[in-house]
Amino acid sequence: MSERLRIGYIPLVDATTLLVAVDQGFAAAQGLDIELVREVSWSNVRDKLNIGLFDAAHLLSPVAIASSLGLGHVRVPLIVPFNLGINGNAITVSTDLFAVLSDVSDGDITDPKVSSRALARVVAERKKRGAEPLTFGMTFPFSNHNYQLRFWMAAAGLDPDEDVRLVVLPPPYMVESLASGHVDGFCVGAPWNSVAVDSGIGRILHFGCEITEHVSEKVFALREKWAGENPNILAALMRALARASEFAKDANNLSTVANIVAPRLGVVSELVVRTLTGSLKIDADGAVRHSENYIAIGGRDVNRPDAVQAAWAYAQIVRWGQAPLSQDLCARAQNVFRPGIYDAVLGSTIEPRLTGPRDGIGAFSGPDFDAHDIAGHVSAWQTKRAYRPRLSVVR
Amino acid sequence: MVQTRKGSDLPTQGALPADQRDAALRIAIVDESSVRAAILEDGLREAGFTQVERIGETRNLLTRIYALDPDVILIGLENPSRDVLEQMFQMSRAVKRPVAMFVDQSDSASIQAAVDAGVSAYIVDGLKKERVTSILDLCISRFNAFARLQSELDHAKDALEERKVIDRAKGFLMKAKKLTEEQAYALLRKTAMNENKKIVEIAESVLTAAELLK
Repeated sequence: MSERLRIGYIPLVDATTLLVAVDQGFAAAQGLDIELVREVSWSNVRDKLNIGLFDAAHLLSPVAIASSLGLGHVRVPLIVPFNLGINGNAITVSTDLFAVLSDVSDGDITDPKVSSRALARVVAERKKRGAEPLTFGMTFPFSNHNYQLRFWMAAAGLDPDEDVRLVVLPPPYMVESLASGHVDGFCVGAPWNSVAVDSGIGRILHFGCEITEHVSEKVFALREKWAGENPNILAALMRALARASEFAKDANNLSTVANIVAPRLGVVSELVVRTLTGSLKIDADGAVRHSENYIAIGGRDVNRPDAVQAAWAYAQIVRWGQAPLSQDLCARAQNVFRPGIYDAVLGSTIEPRLTGPRDGIGAFSGPDFDAHDIAGHVSAWQTKRAYRPRLSVVR
Repeated sequence: MVQTRKGSDLPTQGALPADQRDAALRIAIVDESSVRAAILEDGLREAGFTQVERIGETRNLLTRIYALDPDVILIGLENPSRDVLEQMFQMSRAVKRPVAMFVDQSDSASIQAAVDAGVSAYIVDGLKKERVTSILDLCISRFNAFARLQSELDHAKDALEERKVIDRAKGFLMKAKKLTEEQAYALLRKTAMNENKKIVEIAESVLTAAELLK
């Protein structure tokens, strides 16, 4: 008899492994009958997972941690035995803002150090003449989109809570908001940056991997309690995901994978191919930027949960005042990611990652990240008002 | 759904009798469906809640909500702007009246009912759950009523479409085979019965054939 499961997801390219696991039959081969439920908001995914309407979910990595720590919401301990995606975001700015940034740039604007200095100059100039602060959209308070924008801005000394406005916008509204001038830029996942570029109103300024080279973007999350009560189903799920991941990683399967994913996302499969191969058109003239690191969805280095990633997410949560810094919270955050379950089920051994930055994160600015010294990470940035809620208010 | 914060009731309203307190609650409905929002607003007004505002436009949603300064916010689960509301929880010290998410975790029946109906609610921190239970119940029943209306409307539309297809097929048969309207319909019905199909399916086949024979 097969196990019936309900799993929630948001239509994004980094749900690929989950979608392939179901639609290519890997789940059925493990005796699982999975109903994939497409959702419109991370709040819905989180809440339905929390209250048990979903058995598992495709989730923003920082949300899995926030939910387990009870930040801004009811506390429901989740676990992450499998990582679904590394990277995949991009920062897009309006063509107007790009022109202004280019004017004041002191070097190659594709370098985030240069572009963030340019942004600081633009912000200072606007302040001087009493103009409205620039507004940037991101997808959720607990998201890499939020943290990557902030990291980039703060690298040049900007205070994202004082000097600009940050607003949460559902991804489908991003492009429209850029077109209407409601926001001057945004950080979002695929395909929304490309949509803004194609419509001629935006320009991709940076891939997320140019801000942080290697960050856990989406995870496969389950309630800790459920996982404890259903170890065999969990193991079957993970075997199905691991096989789907290997399948999706194989370049020979690219068009099959794109044809599975595209209808689930409601986009043309060519867009999925462009995303998975990391070749994005960055401006309306058709210039293409390519990065092997733009997004990664398959293979052990992606899928094995890494406690350093959990520590990084917690460090961003602390840095931006969403939670206090404590050893206890840090330990609990890291305990959300469970490489032990991954190793036990999939028979992998603990060994160093084969690729990637030496500190596991590869941020473009600042000292190497040390998961054992989050206080050091936070103080290195000399935030003016750390340890209290400070996400920007829309006035 | 999912959270009621413990805390005292709002002090400014604590001295009023129960019915007046409820009438004083400011309720914001965030809904892109103006029909459903209107149905809900009517229901709330009938129940004695006089301060009800609808927000149909989701642009600058938070600004609009702060301007209204509501005690309760109702929003459909299918609305992507739920994520926008999450930003409110980040600013507990920056705004006068922080908003917490509603529905006690222990009350799983009410959570289930709310999710099934497709609605979620947020209340200001400190507001007692009992005071908003009636609002949520009303919300659930109105959302369900709206869903029923919607599906009836869809059925009616489908029926109308079918009627049109059948009429066109009849017209074609009347012309091509020199039949009366009754005969044309009888022919469609008989064929449908013989082939164990719906009349509308036969009518569609007739129209396809008619297109090919043009």
